[in-house]
Amino acid sequence: MKLLERLKDVGGVIGMSEGKTTRKYTIFPFGPQHPVLPEPIQLRFMVDEEKIVDASVNVGYVHRGIERACELNDYQRNVYLCERVCGICNFMHALCYCMALEKLVDVEVPERAQYLRVIWAELNRLESHLLWLGLLADAMGFESLFMQFWRDREIVMDLQERTGGNRVIISTCVVGGVRRDISGQLAEHFKESMLELKRRMDKLAPVILKDSAFKKRTVGKGFLSYDDALKLGAVGPTARGSGVAKDIRLEGYQAYKHLKFEPVVEKDGDVYARTLVRFYEVYQAIDLILEAFKIMPEGKIAVKPEKWPEGEAVARVEQPRGELFYYVKGNGTNRLERVKIRTPTLANIPSLLAMLPGYEVADIPVIVLSIDPCIACTERIINIRKDGRR
Amino acid sequence: MVRMLPNILKNLFSKPATVKHPFIKREPFPEHRGRIIVFDMEKCDLCQDCERLCPPAAIKVDPEAKTITYDPYKCIYCHVCVENCLQRAIKAEPAYQPPAYQKQLVYHKPEK
Repeated sequence: MKLLERLKDVGGVIGMSEGKTTRKYTIFPFGPQHPVLPEPIQLRFMVDEEKIVDASVNVGYVHRGIERACELNDYQRNVYLCERVCGICNFMHALCYCMALEKLVDVEVPERAQYLRVIWAELNRLESHLLWLGLLADAMGFESLFMQFWRDREIVMDLQERTGGNRVIISTCVVGGVRRDISGQLAEHFKESMLELKRRMDKLAPVILKDSAFKKRTVGKGFLSYDDALKLGAVGPTARGSGVAKDIRLEGYQAYKHLKFEPVVEKDGDVYARTLVRFYEVYQAIDLILEAFKIMPEGKIAVKPEKWPEGEAVARVEQPRGELFYYVKGNGTNRLERVKIRTPTLANIPSLLAMLPGYEVADIPVIVLSIDPCIACTERIINIRKDGRR
Repeated sequence: MVRMLPNILKNLFSKPATVKHPFIKREPFPEHRGRIIVFDMEKCDLCQDCERLCPPAAIKVDPEAKTITYDPYKCIYCHVCVENCLQRAIKAEPAYQPPAYQKQLVYHKPEK
């Protein structure tokens, strides 16, 4: 109990509960280095034999100071820096930053560029979801499924290399449009690859939907109710897995206003529901890309901003993991005064802590992975002192 | 077991999904960035556009000494300089950056 008392004083530890002094509990750390975790986050579990009683989290191992670095650079050079906040959803970060800045510099993005942005954003979503589905299979020890998902992910990676120029960080978004066009033979190849990916997903679908071993590890684990999801501010697939139909794409930013889709919602609220949400979103992303290609108009792909950013603006984007938020403040020079980033994992951590109690230690990897934690994106400094000041 | 058999046979006789790397090399696509960046100092007019645009500040242009200092280890290979050079003096060669003894490469403008 002394450790818990001490932990409560340390800033950055969330989710302590009180009044559990009657029994002896063991506290054990999970991470920051653990085979299951792709990135360093420390979770401390209070366990009663095999059962989790309470969980707390400690982040801050990979803080990189990107927000501060954004203030030192030219605002157009920041795009490449913001992309590096998260490797997997790099285009979304660039898109969100550019959307915020386009409000400040009064730039109307050409129609074709908006469609291209949607295509790349959905390609990022495919990349992230396929990676996550593989990682989940790996976390439960289902190695062959992990390899099959990652094999099919290569289609997406090759497309990113062909269209963007790099396998991971594609750097195609700039303030005012995009840098590259997808047309002609490349567009045909793109569409064919999407159909091929759909065929491969159809082959893997029975494993996700029917396999008893897969279901045994996921069904009923890490339950998060509808009310809790709303109360704790869950975003993205975590919220949608609990029945909350929350999707920023419905706001119709960029070309999403021209595309018809409905958010994938599952009502069960367990790890399996979140898996299904992500699995169906793979199909949804493929359909969105094909539809975007069908109705994409011809025209310019970028316009040059003519003035320096002045004033404040916010932008929101639906990332693979949930809602991404950028706040940008300019002061009329080529440098920004403040950039604030809020990534979806930060919003999902309270939900994660609410999911864990009541389950066994062996379920920890699956439940922790079910929110798709992206820790390096989350690391922003907020010093909350004892008196509540920031 | 009977249901597994077709899958097992198929996996046994199909080609592997991976490439046998040291023997077969996968060529990058022509659209790929991340190649070696070379400055053509005959064409360069030392306008400093690349220095202003470079996101990680890997290029330093000194108009007085007539040199360009380029740090390939800082470079993120975004090709902003290649696309924006008005003189087309910066080129991406189809090769990867070789290992080097010095971190910075210094290019001198030839005297006329």
